[in-house]
Amino acid sequence: MTQITVKRLWKEYGSQVVLENVNLHVGDHEFVTIIGASGCGKTTFLRMLLGVETPSRGEFLIDGEPLPREPGPDRGIVFQRYSLFPHMTVIQNLLLGLELHASPVFARLLGARRRAAVAQAEELLEAVGLGASRGKYPAQLSGGMQQRLSIAQSVICQPKILLLDEPFGALDPGVTADMHELILKLWNLNKMTIVMVTHDVQESFYLGTRLLVFDKVRRDSQAPDRYGATITYDIPLKGHRRQTLPSLTAS
Amino acid sequence: MLVLSMMPFVLLIAAYLACSSARLVANPGDKLLPSPATLAATIHRYALEEDERTGDILLWADTAASLKRLLVALGVSALLGVAFGVAIGVIPYLRATLAPFVAALSLIPPLAVLPILFIVAGLGELAKVLLIIIGVAPVIVRDLTLRTQELPPEQMIKAQTLGASTWQLILRVVLPQTWPRLIDALRLSLGAAWLFLIASEAIASTDGLGYRIFLVRRYLAMDVILPYVAWITLLAFTMDALLRLLRSKAFPWA
Repeated sequence: MTQITVKRLWKEYGSQVVLENVNLHVGDHEFVTIIGASGCGKTTFLRMLLGVETPSRGEFLIDGEPLPREPGPDRGIVFQRYSLFPHMTVIQNLLLGLELHASPVFARLLGARRRAAVAQAEELLEAVGLGASRGKYPAQLSGGMQQRLSIAQSVICQPKILLLDEPFGALDPGVTADMHELILKLWNLNKMTIVMVTHDVQESFYLGTRLLVFDKVRRDSQAPDRYGATITYDIPLKGHRRQTLPSLTAS
Repeated sequence: MLVLSMMPFVLLIAAYLACSSARLVANPGDKLLPSPATLAATIHRYALEEDERTGDILLWADTAASLKRLLVALGVSALLGVAFGVAIGVIPYLRATLAPFVAALSLIPPLAVLPILFIVAGLGELAKVLLIIIGVAPVIVRDLTLRTQELPPEQMIKAQTLGASTWQLILRVVLPQTWPRLIDALRLSLGAAWLFLIASEAIASTDGLGYRIFLVRRYLAMDVILPYVAWITLLAFTMDALLRLLRSKAFPWA
């Protein structure tokens, strides 16, 4: 069970207000998609959830506990780029999470424990369709394959929350459709909560069980930084998704 | 391609031979541009015959002495470079404390502190090795600091979300990506390292390639100096090529 609660959250950089008075409650196993104009603070919101930015005011709670100030294994992340480790092969990238968890000093596994970890990684590798690329380096993979691996890399640690920062923004439309099926499959298998920032409206409706729109409710043309964005629409999408599936795959 | 790349070398040798024979015709006792026969005889004497005084084969004894100093100094510099470079690059407290100090250190002209080294460390091996380290290590530290900071922050965040501690982050993410960059830094430092080696050998030494060149300079022995310079160049070139080969074989991802 994972609950995310956001209470009266503000984020300011000096005199620039980015987010104002954000209130939110996300229940267990939700798939939250966030859209909004560029610069509306949706990525800032995600980065605060990740733990690399701190709120100016207000609080973030996960299961009633304050959010840790640093990124940790309970919250996975997939960025648009640079999420993989270029010096490791596909299988090594996938094993890393297991090794870090099980071996604090050397971050390496040996013998039976390594074989078990490799078996687990290979199973996931097959599930995301990268079985044949096991020994390749990330630079040898296509953009879609890199994102598959990056998602698998996060999922293998079984995070309570998976954060996606425009993960499919740089991919071809055909590849994106495959990625949507993959992320929905993993979401159902692992029972995690997903928070995804995107600029693709169709994608946000298709994937989410809940759609959040970030926008400014107050504007001052003399001082554009005076007011920040907040959640202007909070649309439940449960059940809606299945109907949009054919139209999207048809296109 | 090979023909084209060999062309300048061939031209240089041809120009040397022409000038040498012209000078030797005018003055058979000329020492400035010795003839190929003189050069061959000298190389034979230095590279294949034992020295009458020491019983050593001079070229090899000099090469061994110089390479030992150079490799020890480069090895220590590489260790210092990785240890401090990565630590300063990754740990903000260390960066705030040490980065300006290393920057200042790297700007001290190493030859200006050579007398201090001779006074403090004596005229033995230590002073020569120290001079190379002082000249090379701060540059490698600064280079690796920059390279470490160039790693995308996304990678660090990703590793943290996979549960990495700072130590694990350094061990599995930062260090492995540092090795190919260390090799680059070493390749670029080779020229400076040879410079400091020969400078220290020229001033106070009893063996070594630099010592020999500066010893025979007194007798205008160009027939010794020219082969020695060519030999040093070949050694440096080989080291550079070996490092380049190591980088491409050991780090195919980089």
